[in-house]
Amino acid sequence: MLLNMITANSLQLVSAPWWRVLYDFSSLTKSIDEGLNNTMGHFWTVVTEMIIIGVLILLFYAVIGLFLVYAERKVCAFMQNRLGPNRIGPFGIFQTIADLIKLLFVEMIPIKNADGFLFNLAPFIVIIAGFMALAAIPFANGLHAIDMNIGVLYVIAVSSMGVIGVLLAGWSSNNKYSLIGAIRSGAQIVSYELSVGLALITVVILAGSMQLSVIVEAQRDGWFIFKGHIPAFIAFVIYLIASTAETNRGPFDLAEAESELTAGYHTEYSGIKFAFFFLAEYMNMFIVASIAATVFLGGWMPFHVGPWDGFNHVMDFIPPFVWYIGKTFFVIWLMMWFKWTFPRLRIDQLLTLEWKYLLPINLVNVLIMAFIVLMGWHF
Amino acid sequence: MRSIINYLKEVYFGVKSLLVGMKVTGSYFFRPSTIVTQKYPNNRKDLVMFDRFKGEVIMPHNEKNEHKCTGCGICELNCPNGSIEIISKTITTEDGKKKKAIDKHIYRLGMCTFCALCVKTCPSNALAFGQKFEHAVFNRELLIKTLNKPGSQLMKGVE
Amino acid sequence: MEEQVKNISTDEQQEYVINMGPQHPSTHGVLRLVVSLKGETVKSVQPHIGYIHRGIEKMCESITYPQIIHLTDRMDYLSAHINNEAVCLTVEKALQVEIPDRIKVIRTIMSELTRIQSHQLWWASFGMDLGGLTCFFYGLRDREKILDIFEETCGSRMIVSYNCPGGVMYDLHPNFQQKVKDFIKYFRKILPEYDQLLTGNVIFHERSKGIGKLSLEDAISYGVTGPSGRASGFSCDVRKHEPYSAYDKVQFKEILFTGGDTYFRYVARIQEMWESMNIIEQLIDNIPEGPYAVKMKPVIKLPEGEYYQRVETARGELGAYIISDGNKNPYRVKFRSPNFVNLSVLNHIAKGFKIADLVAIGGSLDLVIPDIDR
Repeated sequence: MLLNMITANSLQLVSAPWWRVLYDFSSLTKSIDEGLNNTMGHFWTVVTEMIIIGVLILLFYAVIGLFLVYAERKVCAFMQNRLGPNRIGPFGIFQTIADLIKLLFVEMIPIKNADGFLFNLAPFIVIIAGFMALAAIPFANGLHAIDMNIGVLYVIAVSSMGVIGVLLAGWSSNNKYSLIGAIRSGAQIVSYELSVGLALITVVILAGSMQLSVIVEAQRDGWFIFKGHIPAFIAFVIYLIASTAETNRGPFDLAEAESELTAGYHTEYSGIKFAFFFLAEYMNMFIVASIAATVFLGGWMPFHVGPWDGFNHVMDFIPPFVWYIGKTFFVIWLMMWFKWTFPRLRIDQLLTLEWKYLLPINLVNVLIMAFIVLMGWHF
Repeated sequence: MRSIINYLKEVYFGVKSLLVGMKVTGSYFFRPSTIVTQKYPNNRKDLVMFDRFKGEVIMPHNEKNEHKCTGCGICELNCPNGSIEIISKTITTEDGKKKKAIDKHIYRLGMCTFCALCVKTCPSNALAFGQKFEHAVFNRELLIKTLNKPGSQLMKGVE
Repeated sequence: MEEQVKNISTDEQQEYVINMGPQHPSTHGVLRLVVSLKGETVKSVQPHIGYIHRGIEKMCESITYPQIIHLTDRMDYLSAHINNEAVCLTVEKALQVEIPDRIKVIRTIMSELTRIQSHQLWWASFGMDLGGLTCFFYGLRDREKILDIFEETCGSRMIVSYNCPGGVMYDLHPNFQQKVKDFIKYFRKILPEYDQLLTGNVIFHERSKGIGKLSLEDAISYGVTGPSGRASGFSCDVRKHEPYSAYDKVQFKEILFTGGDTYFRYVARIQEMWESMNIIEQLIDNIPEGPYAVKMKPVIKLPEGEYYQRVETARGELGAYIISDGNKNPYRVKFRSPNFVNLSVLNHIAKGFKIADLVAIGGSLDLVIPDIDR
């Protein structure tokens, strides 16, 4: 049933070439769904499917999180004339796994006068917000956990829930640095949500739908960043800036601001609880990057140039999942590039940037985009 | 109107300055040849320190197990933090004279600040700096070293 | 109950006091700043010092003059060579020793190299204070080249102990001139990159311009020297006003600005790096021949009296004051250390700014904590 819903919106592939059928996951999911339905009742089918998807996402989360930590360390090292991790395994690829094992065995230090319940709850809220956002992202053709008709809205709404965890962590730690970090994070995310939303609305206007699969499908003959002229590009840049701020990454990492607040909201966390925050930061980065890739860069859609059929067919050979991961990692690389180049902003400048620069530009941008769509000037 | 132009100018120059900064880090990212990291424990074999490098104070011995230290105690006097202690003994030389000679030249590496005063002021050039720099040990006692080797003697001709 | 409510609403109770330090990433050592906040705004900063007090001045009273030198390395460890020079010059002044030109030139070149490496490390850590972590690695990468030059000639990298009363410990290494020339050629190419990365950056401008403004009057009355003082227009370069060593033979300009905020303190140091390179270039090709040290008595005894010599370290004016009673040990040694004086101005200029600005101001004053506590 659940998987039926997923495939409901998959495209008509009657005349499609064989490789496109091969790369279409909807047939696979459909056959699994039918097989399960035949062997057990409807209720148990749904339960089994939910468990399968949950485990898959959990695995994906862990693998991507660990890989991103490694990637970040390697990227920043290369930008800083260093080698980065190079001891464990070839090129140090097992470094993060070793770190994780260490974090698992590290003592969890009890905090005096901390609000125990909230203190323990906070890392889970942060990480659950990431899980929920992951559910709506189309990884490849027909590879959706759930394809809502308000996918964009859902992702914005859910991904901003992480801030509750950050606020709880800062409040319950009974540490002055943590509290300042948490309050900063609250102010920051409340303002930058606006820009993220408006930048995505620019594209929603162009696509005419909030459903992520439809948005991807609309980019079959060209990605929105090219189709939408300058407004789409501006929206992309604004989205990048705002989403970097939303994930608390440099140059907007005020919530943890190492040189000011030691470690901000997670100063008092140790062991696996700290690892949760750490992992969630990278996962949030992955989520905002995949939204950017889906909405602006065509998601899993290969790179197509309008009438060049031969070229388009060559591009189709590359599996959609590779396209999706490639684009996402490109956006992540951009965000890492920001982080390792710029100094940090101050809290009032952070809010100035949002309310005086990004928001007005964004509003004008939405207006221009609407005008372009109305006049039919886009490709 | 002017304020709007100024606003746009601000945005333009702001973004430009950011891109200039990104050019620097980006260019290094694509030039791995500029990496300066040394893979230290792996390159131990071809790691050469400069010849004046002050790793530790040593007392060079020749192949006959002879050193130049007469036990005069000038290094002990000159050491600002008491890392050197000289224990001397009296020996009788071949021609029957009684003479002061060194028994133990104790050097406490853990206290040494490498000011080079002992090496500089030694009248018979008995001390020198060694190139070894990996001094980490598990026991503090191991940092107290006796510089003259067991059974070593004063080199002929050094007074 | 009513009394409690009353108490809470008083101003004192609403202060949010945080202890920055003794262990904190932005204090660069064991300095403790007790910061009273209102929201994020700093209301007052009280530095608590003494966490790394080793009693260097007292220790100096029980050791001989050549031995004092290696202790001065440990004060401002980033301008170790210049600290050495202060004591050496005082001793030489007291003994009225004529120092040959070669020694003077060697000391000047070494001092300027020390100044450059100190400013490089400052740039690195200042960038890190502002959150630009890449600056840290670029700064240290280039500093390494100077440290290699030091290591080849002096045997140590940071705590050089290269000076001794009457000259220097060793002669210059044969490779020295070539390496210094190579370094200057390299660094002239790299320094504009510093500007591209940080100086021109719009975020950096926002973070530094108008922050922690120190007026000329305040700079003089607090006695802020070095690049921090010169950024406020206080002409206090000892190299210019009371030339020692070979500074009277070289042409260089004193970097003076009138802005006095964090940005100008930053620019003053960047400009000083350029000037230091100019000084080295003038001297490196004409190092006179001669001995590298004057023969001194084995036991140096200063004639009875008081002696004072000031030098310009990378952070400001360092004065060495020695009272001798004619023995081989000094009767009293006092150092006028620049960092201690520069720290005193922190509360004055950081008041009313945000907590992030406090970090930036602290970074722009370029404090080295062991020099404060001694």
